[in-house]
Amino acid sequence: MKLHALTIHALQDLLATGEISSVELTRAVLDRIDAVESKINAYITQDRDTALAQAEAADAQRRRGEGGNLCGIPLSLKDVLCTKGLRTTAGSRILETFIPPYDATVVERLRAEGAVILGKTSMDEFAMGSANENCAYGVPKNPWNLAHVCGGSSGGSAASVAADECIASLGSDTGGSIRQPASHCGIVGIKPTYGRVSRFGLLAYASSLDQVGPLTKDVRDAAIMLKAISGYDPRDSTSIDQPVPDYTGALTQDCNGLTIGIPKEYFGAGLDPEVEQAVSKGISLLKEAGAKIVEISLPHTEYGVAAYYIIAPAEASSNLARYDGVRYGFRDHDQQELLEMYRHSRSQGFGEEVKRRIIIGTYALSSGYYDAYYKKASQVRTLIVQDYAKAFAQCDLLVSPVTPAPAWKIGAKIDDPLSVYLSDILTICTNLAGLPGMSVPCGISSHGLPIGLQLQASHFAEEKIFQAASALEQRLDLKNSCQL
Amino acid sequence: MKITPEEVRHVARLARLSLSEAEVEKTTLQLDGILSYVEKLGELDTTGVVPTTHALAIHNAFRADEVRESLSQQEALANGPVQNGEAFVVPRVI
Repeated sequence: MKLHALTIHALQDLLATGEISSVELTRAVLDRIDAVESKINAYITQDRDTALAQAEAADAQRRRGEGGNLCGIPLSLKDVLCTKGLRTTAGSRILETFIPPYDATVVERLRAEGAVILGKTSMDEFAMGSANENCAYGVPKNPWNLAHVCGGSSGGSAASVAADECIASLGSDTGGSIRQPASHCGIVGIKPTYGRVSRFGLLAYASSLDQVGPLTKDVRDAAIMLKAISGYDPRDSTSIDQPVPDYTGALTQDCNGLTIGIPKEYFGAGLDPEVEQAVSKGISLLKEAGAKIVEISLPHTEYGVAAYYIIAPAEASSNLARYDGVRYGFRDHDQQELLEMYRHSRSQGFGEEVKRRIIIGTYALSSGYYDAYYKKASQVRTLIVQDYAKAFAQCDLLVSPVTPAPAWKIGAKIDDPLSVYLSDILTICTNLAGLPGMSVPCGISSHGLPIGLQLQASHFAEEKIFQAASALEQRLDLKNSCQL
Repeated sequence: MKITPEEVRHVARLARLSLSEAEVEKTTLQLDGILSYVEKLGELDTTGVVPTTHALAIHNAFRADEVRESLSQQEALANGPVQNGEAFVVPRVI
């Protein structure tokens, strides 16, 4: 039995009956990492000894009849989540030596459930990217085809799940950074409603858009993980005090009673025909499962990228001001003057894309340009929010592609940032409106690359997403055929 | 051009970044492309539209003003690139 290839729910049963121990399981996953990590490069930092110690502790808990829902399950974490005592880099040189003095709330919650933390996964620097090519610690490869990107910015998390180098992972999504790599790596990824999951201890990129969420091998695992991390946290003033449902209760086999809207703007020019075909097939399966299908319009979708690439860099330029070589991170010790020390530390510590976005954001907020850029973008954000409100008056879910095309070849877009930004067009509006969105596998291209289907719902309607995703998953029966 | 090299240098200085001349040149070109694309927002009439800064209506989150445990001085200083056990050390300002 290949333990590393199993899901959380399958392993929960094996652990509960005592058929396997967490130490055996964790060793199996560490062996898998030894076998494939040199090809994939999913991890920035591995924490093997601590992981084995946590596995032993989990086994002891089980013997005493204790232990939470994730007791003994080995997970990876995007390196943007603070882990007490374990280096957290955000994929940046500027945090190469940063050891957080506390755990992010989501990490605390996973530990409270008994999870084993294997290590920290690769990501675009400060979560700025759509292909995980902007990482100071190398580019992770797509497990389905090593010449292709695995998507970003939670690329290492997605690759580690697809390559069975962990059982599940956590990522973060600011403009598609969970859903897009999940789509490219043939796994499930959900960005929850803004405020559903605490952002405390998540290194901030764009605070009004960032949200933490799971990347998993199947829909049930995503439901289990989301329940574990959700809920109000007084340490995040934007987290929302609402009861957390048991999302696994929504995993039925049909879509009876669900109205699914197809936003026509998501099927426009530039959509890869194979993606369109796979998503259309997914829609027909949802219909077969009992969903009513209606056409919907979200007329301001095409303005999402432009609004996002003002709002997100504006917030980033402010959030990243804290990296100044004083309290943590890299410092250029050669500078004798304070201002020069700041400038040189930041310029050497940050990568190209991060500097580009800091400059865009600073420009958009600077005197004389604020109204033309930031205010305008925030008004367009309102129009996008209103589009969704109208759509959700007519349907429960929106179904679309996640990305216009399957994963591109590593290096293909490296000198053209705008073309990379435009690849986010189908995921960005979800964040601008604070909605939940999921990518669930729906096909494989003729080149052997996975294709995802996106489900978006209104605020706190994650259960409807789980219902439809589960119905689709059962009807498609796409087993992970990623051959490494 | 939407943006000039002088503006890029100025904004970089505001953002506490130091760019080489080659970086200024490349950034100017890339920013020009991005800002031209963003002009697209001008196609929309947003007169009277209230800007959205947060997608969910979140009001001020208050808490009781109680003294609680926080990081110790040692923990807070631990990641400082230069510190003397009591404070972070920076180049002389005055």
